Amino acid sequence: MSTRVAETPHGALGLSADDLLGMHRLMLTSRLLDEAALRQNRMGRAPFVVPAAGHEACQIGTAWAMRRGSDIWLPYYRDLGVVLAAGMTPYEVFLGVFAKAEDPSSGGRQMPAHWGSRRLGIITGSSPIATQVPHAAGIAYAAMLRGEDAVVGCWFGDGATSEGDWHEGLNFSGIHRLPVIFVCENNQYAISVPQSKQMAVADVATRAEGYGFPGVVVDGNDVLACYGAMKRAHERARSGEGPTLIECKTYRFLPHTSDDDDKTYRTREEVEEAKARDPMIGFAAYLREHGVLDDETEDRIRGEVKSEIDEAILAAWDAPDPDPGTATRHVFFEDDA
Amino acid sequence: MTEKNVVTAIRDALHDEMTEDERVVLLGEDVGARGGVFRISAGWMDEFGERRVIDTPLAESGIVGIAIGMALHGLLPVAEIQFADFIHPAFDQIVSEAARIRYRSNGDFGVPMVIRTPYGGGIHGALYHSQSIEMYYAHIPGLKVVAPSTPADAAGLLRSAIKDPDPVLFLEHKKTYRAIKGDVPDGAYLTPIGVADVKREGDDLTCVSYGYALHTCLDAAERLAEDEGISVEVVDVRTLAPLDSETILASVRKTSKAIVVYEDNRTYGAGAEIAATIAEEALFDLDAPIARVGGPDIPAMPFAAPLEHFFLEPEPDQVYARMRELARA
Repeated sequence: MSTRVAETPHGALGLSADDLLGMHRLMLTSRLLDEAALRQNRMGRAPFVVPAAGHEACQIGTAWAMRRGSDIWLPYYRDLGVVLAAGMTPYEVFLGVFAKAEDPSSGGRQMPAHWGSRRLGIITGSSPIATQVPHAAGIAYAAMLRGEDAVVGCWFGDGATSEGDWHEGLNFSGIHRLPVIFVCENNQYAISVPQSKQMAVADVATRAEGYGFPGVVVDGNDVLACYGAMKRAHERARSGEGPTLIECKTYRFLPHTSDDDDKTYRTREEVEEAKARDPMIGFAAYLREHGVLDDETEDRIRGEVKSEIDEAILAAWDAPDPDPGTATRHVFFEDDA
Repeated sequence: MTEKNVVTAIRDALHDEMTEDERVVLLGEDVGARGGVFRISAGWMDEFGERRVIDTPLAESGIVGIAIGMALHGLLPVAEIQFADFIHPAFDQIVSEAARIRYRSNGDFGVPMVIRTPYGGGIHGALYHSQSIEMYYAHIPGLKVVAPSTPADAAGLLRSAIKDPDPVLFLEHKKTYRAIKGDVPDGAYLTPIGVADVKREGDDLTCVSYGYALHTCLDAAERLAEDEGISVEVVDVRTLAPLDSETILASVRKTSKAIVVYEDNRTYGAGAEIAATIAEEALFDLDAPIARVGGPDIPAMPFAAPLEHFFLEPEPDQVYARMRELARA
């Protein structure tokens, strides 16, 4: 029957088998790259890395609904999957991990994972939490004023929702019905502080009511659910209906950063329990169930991704370091640059 | 030439920029229907539309953060912080974000924005409508901090600030708004940021100042010339960051004596940086120690008239007295 395809969850979302494999490849790239970066840290070749493992579904699911080229991306530091979806390559990521001169985010000036690329529409980020939220509102306002068909995506963790900037950014966006989507990757901890000590509500999404736009809760380990929520939010934004707050409930499998020890605040049992809901496993099972993935395809993709990462590490490690003489550049605009 | 006061000069220049370039938008508290608490944008919401003259929620960090976003996406925002005393919640957005975006992105992004804010005391503003906030920001590489004292400089520097590719904190001394009048050239002239101006030529000593204090210095210099024939050169720094040390040093080398006068708390104020620059570069040209006149180191300017007066002038006619003392040293 011709309706059978549309009856699948991905078919209902308008996703083809190629889309699914593309999402799967990105999730795998994110996971394997994450593991490789942490190994580089443990080998003493990278002073600091920010793990993303566990967040692949909410990052790539939401990012997949964005359009490269016209949309604007404001990720936070854990958003490896988001920037890969935006078009950053593993080689570029490792240029940042090794703080090389050609690191597209900052030329080695910032810690790794402080993403930015004018070419890709990824707005430069910092370490202070939630400062990008008012930026997202301002960019969305500018896009609206200039009559552009651009949607702004803004990602952050659960801790960010306590910051004043978060409130100020969402409030302004609601008032002006701006084309912006706020994505909370709620992994239940702000470093060590559990959600119960961050807020008195069960869902971040309920706060959207205070700003006059919808807040939705999705299973952040379900890449298709995350995509679906983002797709609807994207349509809302483009049609002038205003912002959406999407809360993706997920879990961080590794410590906050390479310098953190999560054993001081989470039990191993809790982490293992969360890993049983690993978004990678769930999505792979879905793909196999729908005949999109088999052993051969999986082996091929995994092999290609692994080679790409291995090559990226070798090439990025050999790339030139920043010249100390450039440390004083770009404080202000340079006419001759 | 047209004679204007400072607030009118600022209003006219900003109006011209908004007319000339539709990328310029104004945002802040009460800037729309109310036209700003100092009436700078009165009637503009109707003239330019409420999309370009934006009444924001009462949230200073948001105002600056939203302006940064606008600047990152093709607009030239002029954010108004209603009183400089209320800028503190925006410190993170100004210092960690606006000032660092170009540097941290290795030149990939820039933030062409202006933050206008009325500062300074002497207008019965008490602790929270009188503050001098310039040095928190003049310390920060990546920010330009402008503090004009005359109508002509205010207009020319505001135009330059709007056209500048980097963030500019534009400080407007409230007491100059209506008290200081002067000739303003017609046309859209630009006064360069980072260039000081000799407001009065003299030979016996150099007085470096800015803001309303500059006018106290000019007045004292005038009286000293009449009373005692002492010739004071008065340098208006106009831009606190980047500081035009060349103009200051050239004057000091000529007169061999220097006094720095500012309203801000004396300790770690602009006088410290200016005096240090003179000491480093021109110590052997000096005939006397550098003098500093700053506000007393009390937390803020009190409300009662005698207390406010104490802040501005702890000793009677102190600028005149210190200049006279220095000239005779």
